[in-house]
Amino acid sequence: MSILQNPFGVHAQAFQLREQRTTILASNIANVDTPHYKARDMDFKSVMRATSGPMRTNHRQHFSVGGTGGDQATIKYRLPHSAALDGNTVEVGTENALFTDNAMRYQATSTFLNSRIRGVMTALRGE
Amino acid sequence: MTMLSAMKISSSAMTAQMVRMNTTASNLANLDVKGSTEEEAYKAKKPIFSTIIEKFTENDYQAGVRVTGIQQTTRPNIRLYEPQSPVANEEGYVFQSNVNSIEEMVEMTNATRSYQTNVEVMNATKKMMMATLQLGKG
Repeated sequence: MSILQNPFGVHAQAFQLREQRTTILASNIANVDTPHYKARDMDFKSVMRATSGPMRTNHRQHFSVGGTGGDQATIKYRLPHSAALDGNTVEVGTENALFTDNAMRYQATSTFLNSRIRGVMTALRGE
Repeated sequence: MTMLSAMKISSSAMTAQMVRMNTTASNLANLDVKGSTEEEAYKAKKPIFSTIIEKFTENDYQAGVRVTGIQQTTRPNIRLYEPQSPVANEEGYVFQSNVNSIEEMVEMTNATRSYQTNVEVMNATKKMMMATLQLGKG
């Protein structure tokens, strides 16, 4: 697909999903001391696959990555490494690591978007 | 914008942790308050946290925290024989507060840590929002 027809490609969708995941992880961290709270998370891979469709191959030598569409439940419960006595499944270390990871990937996506915008601008100016 | 709800969620947690901190401070302040009956003596308080689910759809989930109540601990107050004390009852006994100072110190440290984590989350969210606002400029 041409860069001018769809300038942001898959990144626009990824950007939105990263944003939603930030909220989910923030909710988990906020509820670290709430009894019976169950940590949740987004299955990013399957959501991305369900929303943007499976990756297509357009050359006979490309491998198919076998996208099945994924199942529809996009927000799932996290399995804790060790369950707490009060029924809370938030583990601060895990959540913090995932939050940082998500923030980093968000920054990466924003960098991709920035370079896409720059690319389009260069193409339009024709300098 | 979803990012703003992340800020709201973190701030709800910070408010809840602040209530916990205040409760702990009150408990430690009243550590040596004695009474002539068990009911009069100070009893340690503890906040009850619960989740407020703001949004739960197929691919969106937002849950904050709030304090739904303050619970009194049921641990019995220790009785001491202190006939010279002005609050002593007819038999010469006073009742100590049932605050466990070690427990309160742990509670205080936990509240501080949780508060800090939420501040960090808020800062990270702010950075991400700023990056979004700067999109296409750099």
